[in-house]
Amino acid sequence: MIELLQEYWKAFLYTDGVNMTGLAMTLWLLSASIFIGFFLSIPLSIARVSRKFWVRWPVQFYTYVFRGTPLYIQLLICYTGIYSLEAVRDQAVLGPFFRNAMNCTLLAFALNTCAYTTEIFAGAIRSMNHGEVEAAKAYGLRGWKLYAYVIMPSALRRSLPYYSNEVILMLHSTTVAFTATIPDILKVARDANSATFMTFQSFGIAALIYLAITFTLVGLFRLAERRWLAFLGPAH
Amino acid sequence: MFDSLLQTLGLTSLSLKGFGPLLMEGTWMTIKLAVMSLLVSVLLGLLGASAKLSSSKALRIPAQVYTTLIRGVPDLVLMLLIFYSLQTWLSNLTDALDWDYIEIDPFAAGVITLGFIYGAYFTETFRGAILAVPRGQAEAATAYGLTRGQRFRYVIFPQMMRFALPGIGNNWQVMLKATALVSLIGLADLVKNAQDAGKSTYELFYFLVLAALIYLLITSASNVVLRRLERRYSAGTREAVR
Repeated sequence: MIELLQEYWKAFLYTDGVNMTGLAMTLWLLSASIFIGFFLSIPLSIARVSRKFWVRWPVQFYTYVFRGTPLYIQLLICYTGIYSLEAVRDQAVLGPFFRNAMNCTLLAFALNTCAYTTEIFAGAIRSMNHGEVEAAKAYGLRGWKLYAYVIMPSALRRSLPYYSNEVILMLHSTTVAFTATIPDILKVARDANSATFMTFQSFGIAALIYLAITFTLVGLFRLAERRWLAFLGPAH
Repeated sequence: MFDSLLQTLGLTSLSLKGFGPLLMEGTWMTIKLAVMSLLVSVLLGLLGASAKLSSSKALRIPAQVYTTLIRGVPDLVLMLLIFYSLQTWLSNLTDALDWDYIEIDPFAAGVITLGFIYGAYFTETFRGAILAVPRGQAEAATAYGLTRGQRFRYVIFPQMMRFALPGIGNNWQVMLKATALVSLIGLADLVKNAQDAGKSTYELFYFLVLAALIYLLITSASNVVLRRLERRYSAGTREAVR
């Protein structure tokens, strides 16, 4: 156990000497995909609740497909499937893009988390208090200003508990990245396992690191909720 | 049959090239795995929920540790941890006892690990649902002289299901998608077979998309079933909205 830690602690935390690995890589995957997913999902969630069918329908279809299929399949399609198409391989921009494992992984992860986040935000927009929107309209807010100043700030706050859940699920989902040769925590654990045959210890260390990240995220979101959702709590 | 239909439609490029049965087998394996794991995890969930709600600390604490640890660690990590460790421990045991090497069947291992992992999620679902049933119901059942088993079977369970169903549906969907990971421990499920078919025909993209569509079909079908169940268990309740 001690030897395992002595040999692999660096790889588990941040580097194998050449590349970024382990915890640093997992956190990078998580934050990059969450970041892209968050900013994409804001316009998409507004489109999702649109009254116009042709605005709402494509977004609904997108979330339906990405929430109805496993992330692992999505990653496989992005990483091995698309690159197996000759038309993509020979294309000047797409070819190099899809040859890169990191690009494919981030694409699959971002699209996946964006689909879930879109539904979360759309649900929060739908459950907006009518009075709030009416008051904003009475004050002359309309169009994007209504969204930017009233609807989105309120909807994003109220979706915080669900959003925190999604972030933690995404952290758990990043583990499939090793199938695309990305050296995340689980990949290091697998390497350590095949080199030392200390199965329980190798995967056990990985499990503990993930547990620590989960608890940290839960704690951070609890702080965020105390700050931004204080108005929903009992009056002081 | 499917291929000849495509031929008459002039869509030969969509042919399964003889890999249809392999895909069907994979689909069947995925469904079997998901349903068996569901059974195990629902059972564990009911046990866990009653342990969590019990008045004995000796039951509450292990259940609490179980749900916290399992839900904090990614399912894939747990799957590899349990699967490979079980194998190592078993071979150590067989070595020590001088028995023949026993290889764990990936299907059984998949069911055990998925059931064990999602049992933690079901524990939380059922705990919340049992708490949502008004206390008076259990008290009235006791007052009528029902035994503990009868009380659960006829009074608590039917009312609890209404609160539990949305959570059950959610867990089921997540678990169904998690079965895709079992191909990583060597089970010939839908993902594995689609990959094999794709690799041998050089049509990887097509077969992977096909597998994704099959998953979509299963999740959509289970959505329909869940909506029916929800309606059934909501009999006799009024909804304020809608």
